Amino acid sequence: MSITRRVVTFVDERTASAPILRKALRYLFPDHWSFLLGEVALYAFMVLVGTGIYLTFFFVDSTHDVVYHGTYAPLQGQHMTEAYKSVVDLSLNVKAGLLIRQTHHWAANVFLVAILLHLFRVFFTGAYRKPRGLIWALGVTMLFTSLLEAYMGYSLVDDLLSGMGLVIGYSVGLSIPFVGANLMEWLFHGPYPGQHVFWPRMYIAHVLLFPILIGMLLTAHLLLVALRHHTQFKRRRAQSNHVVMGVPTFPGQTPRSLGLLLAVAGVLFLLGGLVQINPIWQWGPYHTYDATNGAQPDWYLGWLIGGLRLVPGFDLVIGKFTLVPNPFWGGALFPLVILGFLYFWPWLERKWTGDHAWHNVLERPRDNPRRTAIGIGVISWVVLVFVAGSSDRVNLVFGIPYTGQIWFYRVFVFVGPLLFGAIAYRVCKELQAGEKVEEDRHTAEAEARLATWSKPSQSSES
Amino acid sequence: MRAETAAILLFLLTGLFSVAFIVVYAIDRIPHQTQFLGLALGGALVSLAAALIITGLKLVVTEELVEEYPPPLHAGEVDLIATTVEEGGTRLTRRRLFKLTLLAAGGGLATAALTPAVSFGPILRVKDFFGTPWTRGRRLVDENGTPYKASDIEEKDFYTAFAEGADKEEAGASVVLVRLPTSSLKLPSELQGYDADGIVAYSKICTHAGCAISMYRVPTFAPDEPKPALVCPCHYSTFDPASGGTVQFGPAGRPLPMLPLQIDGKGHLRAKGNFNEAVGPSWWGVRNRKPTP
Repeated sequence: MSITRRVVTFVDERTASAPILRKALRYLFPDHWSFLLGEVALYAFMVLVGTGIYLTFFFVDSTHDVVYHGTYAPLQGQHMTEAYKSVVDLSLNVKAGLLIRQTHHWAANVFLVAILLHLFRVFFTGAYRKPRGLIWALGVTMLFTSLLEAYMGYSLVDDLLSGMGLVIGYSVGLSIPFVGANLMEWLFHGPYPGQHVFWPRMYIAHVLLFPILIGMLLTAHLLLVALRHHTQFKRRRAQSNHVVMGVPTFPGQTPRSLGLLLAVAGVLFLLGGLVQINPIWQWGPYHTYDATNGAQPDWYLGWLIGGLRLVPGFDLVIGKFTLVPNPFWGGALFPLVILGFLYFWPWLERKWTGDHAWHNVLERPRDNPRRTAIGIGVISWVVLVFVAGSSDRVNLVFGIPYTGQIWFYRVFVFVGPLLFGAIAYRVCKELQAGEKVEEDRHTAEAEARLATWSKPSQSSES
Repeated sequence: MRAETAAILLFLLTGLFSVAFIVVYAIDRIPHQTQFLGLALGGALVSLAAALIITGLKLVVTEELVEEYPPPLHAGEVDLIATTVEEGGTRLTRRRLFKLTLLAAGGGLATAALTPAVSFGPILRVKDFFGTPWTRGRRLVDENGTPYKASDIEEKDFYTAFAEGADKEEAGASVVLVRLPTSSLKLPSELQGYDADGIVAYSKICTHAGCAISMYRVPTFAPDEPKPALVCPCHYSTFDPASGGTVQFGPAGRPLPMLPLQIDGKGHLRAKGNFNEAVGPSWWGVRNRKPTP
């Protein structure tokens, strides 16, 4: 008996799983480059877990005050928390520590980019339609869970930038009408910066609770994809809503997917080794009374910074009662509107179009101009708010007055999406019309060929 | 070159890069160790990735197969499951009450299980949000604990001060100090007398999102417009120190709380009382009360 046969026998005798394994090996993966985006997110998550575990062996989850006497001269004698000191030490004194930390940070950035691009792909091709609404909802939940997870990750370090980010998050929490103050007091054990117990809480959330939550969402997401099978673009006549065509797990798909996993990991470690990210020893330790100008958060929080900066200066007050403190609009309501839109979009679309049918075949963006226009509109809304968040940089680099820019964006973030949505709609229609012309030409040419071919044959017959 | 040869060479390259990683790790005095470690590990992974992708595209069967999608609905199975579940409860006579009490049991147990989480922090003690360490006569000290003298504070400069002996990290402890020409002060009537010879003190914690007010926009030569302003670098809330910390621009919804100052016999700066309003970012009750020591 060959070794393979013996291994499979061993497994089946003990698990009775041969029928399932055989099915898994023949599971079909329809082929399109855009189907890899979700995979990239999955592999970045694996790198995050791997590098993250390593980091936990060095990180100290304590905000107790210590004085730095390490090897990095500019920080000599400075007061800092044990958390910050442990990350400075990990970065500068632990062999391979900086490599793993930077790879972890890069992986977080790539993870969120990949999720977002995957979301765009799924949205613009209508892959979320029946019967995959639940898969979509799980994915959206994962996006927002991962945003929070990433935010906690860079807050834990407790350098100057992370402290500024954390207090902003605290203030957004505080701004929740009626319960914000109570909620934050509960979470931080008192008003900001709270008690020391907060740090272990955030730590265990970052390294245990949220990774497990994301892992479970991920498992459910993938399980549902497999149970309902992948969607596909119609490239061959054989493909339809009833018949899927693709490369089987083995041997076709396995080396490709493993290759992609290793490529993602490889690129992340190259970035982690060669491209500096978040050099926290340069930022210095955080104190509530310190802040620095020109601080920018990681890219995936840029839209919230923009949202917070754009809102005109007012709290909604009734008598002495503060109904809606300012940060709520840009920091909580804005992302909640986006979250709500994403959750309810499949349902809204069904409502509007009356399309309750099953869809295994994807549409191209141009095939559904209305959806594409709405998608582009919402995306450009978020992107414009994001860009508004960089007005301070634009002011610094190009000298355009900051207040003027903000006033411009206060209007344009609402006008722009309508404009871009309309353009997208028009482009889709034009592309459709172009295809129609092309198709008609092909038909006409074919008919013409047929006519010229059939004439002589007729004449020869007669 | 045949694909198989390429894959084999790439496997070997992976091995070489892996060895390189261990060697770089082992040699202590290597410059740019992080960079070389990344290069070696990344190189190993990318080589192996390339080998596998070549394998996937050239060396294994990649023909596409077809298969039926699972049916939209297994109507028969659904029916069977529903029947089985529903038949499970046929012996119940008071079905509604049974379900209701089961729900109550589940809800009660879940609530009980979550109750210990209340211990996290004081949920209802919102008076903590009004606490500051300032009392009448408390001296203003710098980061090292040295008391500020009024003569230390110069125009067109910007100082951070703390309540003497207080925890500097506490939100109510830190203030910004600036000196303005007394002629330029336009304090509203309720804040008259809060300055000491043109020196004004405001809470350093932004009333918008809690960052530290760490910028002082002040023209140092003519034309001296715009007027001096305290600016938060997080969302650029801009406050006017001459008129009681009112918001000039940006998202803040409340003026900066102002600390009344006096100068003692030795020339030291002291608080004349507490802030006029609660410090820190806004919440539902922030306007309800004055701060307390």
